Amino acid sequence: MASMREIKRRRESIESTEQITKAMKLVATVKLQRARDKAESGKPYSRLMLETAKHILIKCRGMNHRYLKESNGGKTGIVVITSNRGLAGGYNSNVIRLVAGSGREKEQVLLYTVGRKGHDYLKARGYEIALDRSDVINAPLYKDAIELSEKLLQDYESGKISEILLAYTEFRNTVTHVPKLIRLLPASEETEEETDDRLPMNFEPDDEAVLDSIIPQYVTSLIYDAFLEGVASENGARMAAMDAATDNAEEMIGKLSVEYNRARQGAITQELTEIIAGSNALK
Amino acid sequence: MSEFFTLKIITPERLFYEGQASFVEFRTEEGDVGVLPGHEAMTYLLSPGVLKIHEEGGMRKAALHTGFAEIMPDEIRILAQIAEWPEEIDKNRAEEARIRAERAIREDGSNFREELALRKAIARIEAAK
Repeated sequence: MASMREIKRRRESIESTEQITKAMKLVATVKLQRARDKAESGKPYSRLMLETAKHILIKCRGMNHRYLKESNGGKTGIVVITSNRGLAGGYNSNVIRLVAGSGREKEQVLLYTVGRKGHDYLKARGYEIALDRSDVINAPLYKDAIELSEKLLQDYESGKISEILLAYTEFRNTVTHVPKLIRLLPASEETEEETDDRLPMNFEPDDEAVLDSIIPQYVTSLIYDAFLEGVASENGARMAAMDAATDNAEEMIGKLSVEYNRARQGAITQELTEIIAGSNALK
Repeated sequence: MSEFFTLKIITPERLFYEGQASFVEFRTEEGDVGVLPGHEAMTYLLSPGVLKIHEEGGMRKAALHTGFAEIMPDEIRILAQIAEWPEEIDKNRAEEARIRAERAIREDGSNFREELALRKAIARIEAAK
C-alpha cells in the first residue's frame, strides 16, 4: 500500500486541479450565456438572409453567373473555425476531423483559418494556409466577417479557388454541438423544400445585379453566423468538459480519502501492536 | 386594403425595428424610393441613405447602409448590414469621415471604397440632422 504521505500529496494535487476545473467551468458558463445571447440576436438576420438567397437562387437557376457556375481547376478554399484555447473537449478536433476527412487532397486545399487550434494542427499536417485570422474569434465582429468574405471572394474571382467551404460547429443547445461542413460557393439552392408559397419577386435593377450584391452578403452572413455559433459551442463544450473533469476529480478525491484513512488506521494499529509487543517482552 | 404594412428592419446584430408603418422611404441603387401598402413584390438593393418611416404617430428617421429591401404587399423586410438611429450617430465623427473621404477622392481620384465611405458619411449626417 502506498505510504500516507504519498496519498496525501496526491490528494492535494487533485484538489488543486479541481479548483482550476471548477473555476474554468464557471467562466465558461458565463461566457456561454453571453455567446448564446449574441448568437440568438443574430439569428433573425441570418435566417432571413438564407431565405432570400434561396429565393433568388431558385429564380436564377441555370443562369451563367460566376457565383453559380461549377468550375474546376482552382483549389478548394475551406474556412475553418476553431478556438484559440484548448480544454474544450472534442470541440476543436471534431472540426479538424471534418476538414481532414472532407475527401479532398491536401494539395488541393487552401485554408482560411480562424482559431489557433485548427491553424496549428492543420498547418503541422501539411495544409497550406492562405489566411489566418485567429485573433477574430476572441470577439467576432460583423466587420471581421465582411473582411474575410471579401478576401474569399477575391480569391474566388481570380480563380485561385473554385469552391468555398465552411467548417464550423453548429450550436443546437448547451449540450449538443454539431460540427458541420457546408458549401458557400458556388451557391446552389437546397432542393429539398421546393414548395414556394411566396409571391413571384421582381428584382431591381435586375436579377444579375441583385445576385452580385446579395451573394457576398449571404456569404458574409453565413460566416458571421458561424463565428457566433462557434464561440457558443466552444464555451458549451468547455463547460461540459470541465464539469466532467470536476466530477472525476471529486470521485478520485473520495477514493483517495478512503485510502488515506485506511492507511492511517493501519499505521495506528501497527504502532499499537508494536508497543504492546514491546511491553510484553519486558515483563 | 389596409393602410399599414408590417415593417421589419434587421441587422446582423439585432432586430432594429419592427412595427406598423403607412409609408416608408429609402434610397436604392436606382434612386430614392417610397413604398405604400399594396406594393408589388420587389427586391431593391439599398444604397447608403436616409430611411424615413411614417408611423401612426409621426415620422422616424434612421441611417441605412448596404443591404437590400424585400417588398411584399403587406410586409417589408429590410436586411441592412448597418442601420443607426439618429441618437446613435456621432455627428462629429460622421463630419470628419466626410471630410476625410472628400479629401481622399480629391487627391487620388474617385474609387469605389472612398465613394462608399463618403456616401455613408453623408447619410449619417442627413439622418442625424
